[in-house]
Amino acid sequence: MVEFALPKNSKITGGKSWPKPAGATETREFRVYRWNPDDGKNPSVDTYHVDIHDCGPMVLDGLIWIKNHIDPTLTFRRSCREGVCGSCAMNIDGQNTLACTKSMHDVKDGAVKVNPLPHQPVVKDLVPDLTNFYAQYASIEPWLQTTTPTPQKEWKQSHEDREKLDGLYECILCACCSTSCPSYWWNSDRFLGPAALLQATRWVKDSRDEATGERLDNLEDPFRLYRCHTIMNCAKACPKGLNPSEAIAELKLKMVERQI
Amino acid sequence: MSGPSSMRTPLGRVRNLGSSHSGTTDFWRQRLTAVAMALLIVPVIAIILMLIGRNQAGAAQILGSLPIAIILVLFIIASTWHMRIGMQIVIEDYVHNEKLKLAGVMANNFFCIAVALASIYAILKLSSGV
Repeated sequence: MVEFALPKNSKITGGKSWPKPAGATETREFRVYRWNPDDGKNPSVDTYHVDIHDCGPMVLDGLIWIKNHIDPTLTFRRSCREGVCGSCAMNIDGQNTLACTKSMHDVKDGAVKVNPLPHQPVVKDLVPDLTNFYAQYASIEPWLQTTTPTPQKEWKQSHEDREKLDGLYECILCACCSTSCPSYWWNSDRFLGPAALLQATRWVKDSRDEATGERLDNLEDPFRLYRCHTIMNCAKACPKGLNPSEAIAELKLKMVERQI
Repeated sequence: MSGPSSMRTPLGRVRNLGSSHSGTTDFWRQRLTAVAMALLIVPVIAIILMLIGRNQAGAAQILGSLPIAIILVLFIIASTWHMRIGMQIVIEDYVHNEKLKLAGVMANNFFCIAVALASIYAILKLSSGV
């Protein structure tokens, strides 16, 4: 059956509470999920206090401040710090989002609670193992597929056809959507999840692509595609404002269209 | 499905047995039966209201009307079909043990067919006045 509770070795225990920084006039409390694969202990939630006058406004700024000033062992992914790379996706205040574009001041009540993306194996602290997520992306073959010989110059596309890719091409594969989806939690071994399916829609809708039918064949499966029950957590979580749910609905419509 | 400890590559695990090339028929039928139920529910409620307080003879008289019997039979077909697909989705979502899932899907099919046939038989019996 589906797992509704965390396994024994994943149950969260009380963590360390770090002292407030000396000389800070105003601080913000951060409660951060910690797990170290090397010490054999259960995960815990550590409490930190960030000097907000010595720190940028974003949650990522707070985490970097903690790593630089309090606890250098705190582990998380980050790179572009401007919502382009998708590295710092994590669960902040109960919502999957990018730490670099989420302001700590938008978290209204109490502490800023930071956890890794839900229902993924944890590598360490806030770093999830996204191997399966990336393999699912690879499985939809996210590249232009054609039989017609490659033209001397570029593959041409009308302005109208190019516009059909808006709302799809912007996806940065941060995994906020897939890891917020209950269907993906229960069946991530077989359900491709909103991110991979949104990317699949992007290639199915590309006027230059000649493998549309094969792409739909590859997706037509009760688990790969039809586990989506339009819960729409994906659209709520997407830090880029995209709507994977709508993209999946378009895929289902195309499936019906070619059958009826 | 091999577990995470398997030495299969991640892409091999995701591709697994390949696409079953099915699911669209059930998806379409679920919507079809939903629309059918939405259309039929008003006359069905009206018929039920007409049947309230009647004895068997009275009910047989109302169900003796061909349009009324057809509406009820159509509603039973649409709703049990919808029920079968919906319950199968729930089983597929939550039951991960393959044997249990197979047994669940089988039991669900048997149950829905039995409910449909029993209901249709009852309607036909009453409407034919036997």
